[in-house]
Amino acid sequence: MTESTEPLSPRARLAVTAGRAAAAVSRVAGRGSGSVIGGRVALKLDPDLLGRLAGHLDVVLVSATNGKTTTTRLIAEALRAGGEVVSNALGANMPAGITSALSRGSGAQYGVIEVDEKYLAGVAEAVSPKVIALLNLSRDQLDRAGETRMLAEHWRQGLEGSPAVVIANADDPLVVWAASSSTNVVWVAAGQEWKDDAWSCPACGGVLQRPDDNWKCGECGFGRPTPTWALAGDDVLDPHGTAWPISLQLPGRANKANATVSAAVAAAFGISPQVALERMYAVTAVAGRYDVVTYQERDIRLLLAKNPAGWLETFSLIDPPPAPVILSVNARGADGTDTSWLWDVDYTRLAGHPIAVIGDRRLDLAVRLEVAGLDFRVCESLQEALQQSPPGRIEAIANYTAFQDLRRIVGN
Amino acid sequence: MSESSLRVVWVYPDLLSTYGDQGNVLVVERRARRRGLTVDRVDVRSDERVPTSGDIYLIGGGEDRPQRLATERLRRDGGLERAAGNGAIIFTVCAGYQIVGNEFINDLGEREPGLGLLDVASTRGTEDRCVGDVIADIDERLGLPQLTGFENHQGITHLGPGVRPLARLRMGRGNGTGDGTEGAWQETVFGTYMHGPVLARNPQLADLLLKLALDVNALPPIDDRWYEALRAERMAAAVQPG
Ligand SMILES: [Zn+2]
Repeated sequence: MTESTEPLSPRARLAVTAGRAAAAVSRVAGRGSGSVIGGRVALKLDPDLLGRLAGHLDVVLVSATNGKTTTTRLIAEALRAGGEVVSNALGANMPAGITSALSRGSGAQYGVIEVDEKYLAGVAEAVSPKVIALLNLSRDQLDRAGETRMLAEHWRQGLEGSPAVVIANADDPLVVWAASSSTNVVWVAAGQEWKDDAWSCPACGGVLQRPDDNWKCGECGFGRPTPTWALAGDDVLDPHGTAWPISLQLPGRANKANATVSAAVAAAFGISPQVALERMYAVTAVAGRYDVVTYQERDIRLLLAKNPAGWLETFSLIDPPPAPVILSVNARGADGTDTSWLWDVDYTRLAGHPIAVIGDRRLDLAVRLEVAGLDFRVCESLQEALQQSPPGRIEAIANYTAFQDLRRIVGN
Repeated sequence: MSESSLRVVWVYPDLLSTYGDQGNVLVVERRARRRGLTVDRVDVRSDERVPTSGDIYLIGGGEDRPQRLATERLRRDGGLERAAGNGAIIFTVCAGYQIVGNEFINDLGEREPGLGLLDVASTRGTEDRCVGDVIADIDERLGLPQLTGFENHQGITHLGPGVRPLARLRMGRGNGTGDGTEGAWQETVFGTYMHGPVLARNPQLADLLLKLALDVNALPPIDDRWYEALRAERMAAAVQPG
């Protein structure tokens, strides 16, 4: 891994300064963290800025439908064992937000960057990453993002011939298809509970046979590569077969998978799994996700789930019945305006939990839960939902803007 | 319908189940069970034979390549055409709608023959995708309340003389031909571009399929409180966006 301390050109430095000023104005005006608007101004002044800002960094790109913000955070923590890290930790993951984040990292050695799926290929070209981590691909905001398999194809074409080490989930056929155009791939058996976007072979369209955890196309033979890293129960298995126990504070199987991928990324920079994992244990919440907040005498755990695969992983980590569950769904711009995806979520997994539904689209949820044969209450507000729940721990699962609403209400 | 139970067949969920269209299957199943019917739900993957003895067949939307693959496999299988010949109810959405027509333009830009169960032919639009809420008055012969749905497609479907439009648009692009039509139906075969899923947004349409399959004029009423609340909200939101 080379280290470069080449200074920014005067023009790039001017762009960074202008971007910072715009971000400051945006913050003063109360328009969020300002990171996206700052980056947008900077990009307008100097389109090559992204590449130049990254020029002195060892860059890791992280992309996926689910888990990219958390994994970015875990990798950043792990790499801090080796040097200073700059990261877009708040999830501003399009080129403007990435530029903004990198402009704050002049002294850093590593850039750990979450990238929106649609921009991965372009950002990878701009920043010459050392490592690209690919976790999963599944249906998400279909009215905006286009189609899942097309995205895998886009990744595949964008990564072809890339000198980066691609660290990819061997259990997601779409990710394997995307990564297998790269020359240098490290396969990680990270699991993928959601399977409904990959029954059809990404290579030939044949039907995938999926006995147990394996998968293979019955027609062309495209199949699961042999992983060198694996999540096995509560352990990370490294390439030597050594098991490293995972004791994250973050809950759930999906986060163990994220930690496994993160350990593989850290190893690519010479940081041992033990050191990497121990640093990950410090993470208790990521941009509010998994935070437990006390509000109206209840301990509410805030869980973000944006799409069917995310809801499925979330159901597997919540406390068992009779833990009360509050579900909140919106369909504002950032969520995608189509709520059809609710029907791809298996809500029967919530049987036995007292359920309250809130959010802009609580009536969509009500019909969905009625059809699933569940008991539920429709509430006008979080406060009303809480009043009807017993004191104690409550699991609140929300999609993107509904989650931000929850955080605002509880003051998180 | 077979004597013991209602057979609901979901065709090719491995290829045609984007956009939550499996909701249509869930709604039909639920509404039948609430009337005390026994339901035998059969999910047919695209490497399996399509049964010919189903009562209701549902086909959802899908991406462009899976749509072609599904069509090739359905043509080769022949089961769905035989089921239609037996008078089965076939309800199709989006890609499924195009597949049961006479032809459509596939992902390779070629004309792909469909199953010919609906006298329609589809092409691909050159404009942006049609994305948004749909409100439409259903064909008066079907005698149902206004339809509401969510469309997300680029297809243009021309109706032949053998079909009637499923509905007339109040809002949305529907068949995309500019003539104000949405979907098509003939005999017991229905096609629509509406997701939502459409049967969750329009439970009376789900009941129509059940009535046709059971060959009855009426079904016992069930509690439609949440469906009605959702419909009212969506209708109001579509008229006054935001
Ligand atoms: Zn294949």
